[in-house]
Amino acid sequence: MSKRVVLLALATLLTLSLTLAGCSKPADTPAESKEPEVVKVGWIGSLTGDQAVWGTCELNTVKMLFEDINKNGGLLGKQIEVVGYDTRGDATEAVNAVKRLTSQDKVVAVIGPNASGQAISISAVLEEMKVPDIATVATNPKVTVVDGKTKPFNFRVCFIDPYQGAVAAGYAYDVLGFKKAAILYDVADDYSQGLTEFFEKYFVEKGGEIVAKEAFKFGDVDFRPQLSKIKNAGPEVIFMPYFFKEVALSANQARELGINAVLMGGDGWPSEVLLEMAKDAIEGSYFVNHLDFDDPDVQEFKAAYKAKYNLPVELNGYLAYDAVQLLVDAIKRANSFDPVAIRDALETAQVKGITGQINISKDTHNPEGKDAAIIKIVDGQYVFQQKYSAK
Amino acid sequence: MDWFYIKGILILSGINLMAVLGLSLLTGFTGLFSFGHAGFMAIGAYVTAMMTIKFHLPFIPSLLIGAMGAALASLFIGRLTLNLKGDYFCIATLGFGEAIRLILDNVQYFGGARGWPGIPMYTNLTNVVILDIIGIAILVNLIRSRHGRNMKAIREEEMASQTIGINVFRYKMIALAISAAFAGVAGGMLGHYLGFLQPKMFQLIKSTELTIIVIFGGLGSISGSVIGALVLTSLPELLRTFAKWRLVVYGVAVVFIMITRPQGLMGGYEITAGNIKKLISRLASFGRPRQQTIGGDKE
Repeated sequence: MSKRVVLLALATLLTLSLTLAGCSKPADTPAESKEPEVVKVGWIGSLTGDQAVWGTCELNTVKMLFEDINKNGGLLGKQIEVVGYDTRGDATEAVNAVKRLTSQDKVVAVIGPNASGQAISISAVLEEMKVPDIATVATNPKVTVVDGKTKPFNFRVCFIDPYQGAVAAGYAYDVLGFKKAAILYDVADDYSQGLTEFFEKYFVEKGGEIVAKEAFKFGDVDFRPQLSKIKNAGPEVIFMPYFFKEVALSANQARELGINAVLMGGDGWPSEVLLEMAKDAIEGSYFVNHLDFDDPDVQEFKAAYKAKYNLPVELNGYLAYDAVQLLVDAIKRANSFDPVAIRDALETAQVKGITGQINISKDTHNPEGKDAAIIKIVDGQYVFQQKYSAK
Repeated sequence: MDWFYIKGILILSGINLMAVLGLSLLTGFTGLFSFGHAGFMAIGAYVTAMMTIKFHLPFIPSLLIGAMGAALASLFIGRLTLNLKGDYFCIATLGFGEAIRLILDNVQYFGGARGWPGIPMYTNLTNVVILDIIGIAILVNLIRSRHGRNMKAIREEEMASQTIGINVFRYKMIALAISAAFAGVAGGMLGHYLGFLQPKMFQLIKSTELTIIVIFGGLGSISGSVIGALVLTSLPELLRTFAKWRLVVYGVAVVFIMITRPQGLMGGYEITAGNIKKLISRLASFGRPRQQTIGGDKE
C-alpha cells in the first residue's frame, strides 16, 4: 500500500511540475519582458527532426537580428521579444504552435515555417486570429494562393517551385545547351515532387527531352537501380531536386556507375555537409539558389552570425534574415504593432533583402520577379555564375 | 492559458482518442498489436475529404463513409494476415501502413506528397466530443457483450478459445475492422480540423504514437485510453518551453511512468461508478491496519 502511495505521489508531482513548467514563461525570455514596452514576434519551425539544422539556424538568425534592433533602441520605441516554438516538421504541431503564439503569446506576426506543408496548414489559424505570417523557404505555390484565392495572412520571401523549376530548365536548355535530361526525385517529398513537375514541364516546353524519370523514397541510401536505368538512357544532365544528404549519396553512386552527365539541383543542395560527403562527385554541378553566398552584401551577416554562434549560416538563415527585414519594414511603414495594419503594409512591401529585391505582390503575396542565383561547384567551392530569371 | 489554444489541444486529444479507442479494442482487448493504424487513419482522412470536397456530402455521412473505407481496407489486409501468429501480424500491419502512405504519395488526384489544401474546416470541439462519447459508448457496450468477452478470451488464450468453439479468426477480423473504422473517423476529423492533408502526417511515428498511448493508459482499459490520449497529446504542448529538449523530456516522462507503472496508468481497471465507490471506501480506511482494510466494506 505505502509503495503505491509513494508512486502515486511521485506521478502527481511529476505531472504537476510539468504543468507548472508549461505555464511559466519561456526560459529564454529576456528580463525586460516584465515591462509593457515589449512586443512579441513569433517564429515556428523544426528544432527537432530531420530539418533541425535549418530550423535552428533560422531561429538563431531571427533572435540575433532582433537583439541588434533592441540594442539600437528597438522598433517604434519598443523592445522586441522573439518567441520560437518547435514543430518537429509536423503540420499538426505547427497548428498547435501557431495557436499558442497567436492566442497566448499574442505575437504581432509570425516568421517561418520553412516547409510548405506546415505553412499551408497554419493559414486557417492565421486568418481566424488575424496575424500575418512570413514563410521563409516554403516554396509550394499553394502556401499563399489556393484555387485562385490569395490567403490574406500568408506571405513569403522565397521564390516558388514553378519558378525554380523554370529557372533550372531554362538554364539547362538555353545557357548550358542540354537537350536530353533525366530526373531522379524523391517520391515521398512534396518539395521534390513539385520541382520535378515544373522542371519537366518547362524543359519539354522549350523543346528538350526527358529521357528518364526515376523515383526513390525518403530514407533510401541505395540509388544504383534507378541510376543504372538513367545511365542506359544516356542523358546529358541529371536533375536531382532533393536534399543534400541524398544528393551526396546519389551523386557518389552515379559517378561510381560511370555516369558523366552534369548534375543539377535546387535550393535543397547548398550545405557544408554536401561538400564534405561528395566533393569530387559533384564537381562541375550546377544548382539554383536563392542568393550568391559570396555577394558582398551578405558578408556582414555571415561574419556576425559566425561570431555569435560559431556555426556556418545555412541557406534558411539568409531567408529568415530577409523575412525579418520585410517585417521590420512593414512595422515601420504601418507605424503600429497592430497585426492587421502590418498585414496591409506587407502587401505593398518593397525591400532590398540580402537574397535580392523583394517586391511583394498584392495578388499573390509572393516576391515577384526575384532573381535566382545559379551556382556551380568548382574545386569544392560554391562559385556564383549569374543571376538568372525565367521568362 | 488561452482558451483558443486549449481548445485546439482538446480537439486534437479528441481526434487521437478516437483512433486510440479503436486500437484499444484491437490491442487491449483482443491482444493484437498493430503498427499500421496511421494507414487506416490516412484512408479515412482521404476518403472523408474526397466525399466532402468532390461529392459535396455533409460532414457526418462523409465520416461514416471514410470509416467504412478504412474498415474495408482492414478486411482485405486482415483476410491475408490475421492467420499469422503473434509478431508476424504486427510486422504485416507495419508494412501495410507504410504502403498506404507511399501510395498516397503517388496519387496526384489527392495532391500526392505535396498535400491537399483547402479542405473545409468542419471539425470543432462539439462534434469531436459528441463523436468521442458515441465511440466510447459503442466500445463499452461491445466489450460487455458476448462478443467482447470472446475477444478477451482470445487475448488470454487463443488455443483454449478455439477449443471451446470461438471462431478466433472471425473475432479477430471483427476487432480489426471496428478498430480500423474508429481510426478512419479519427483521420476524417483530423483532415477537417487542419484543412490540409499530406501523406507525411501518417508516418510510422503516428502509428507508434497511438500504440504508446494505449499501453501508457493501460491495456484492456477504456478509461486508460481516454486518460492516455488526453495526457500524451497535451504533454508535448505543456513542454513547449523546453524548446529543442521538449521531446527528450517527453520521452523521459513516458519511460519514467512506464517503469513506475508497467501495467499503464489504469492497468486494466475502469472508471465506473462502482469502482469509484470502492476506491473511496478504500481511501477512507487508509492508514488503518491491513486486516481492517480487507474487511473495510462492512463498516
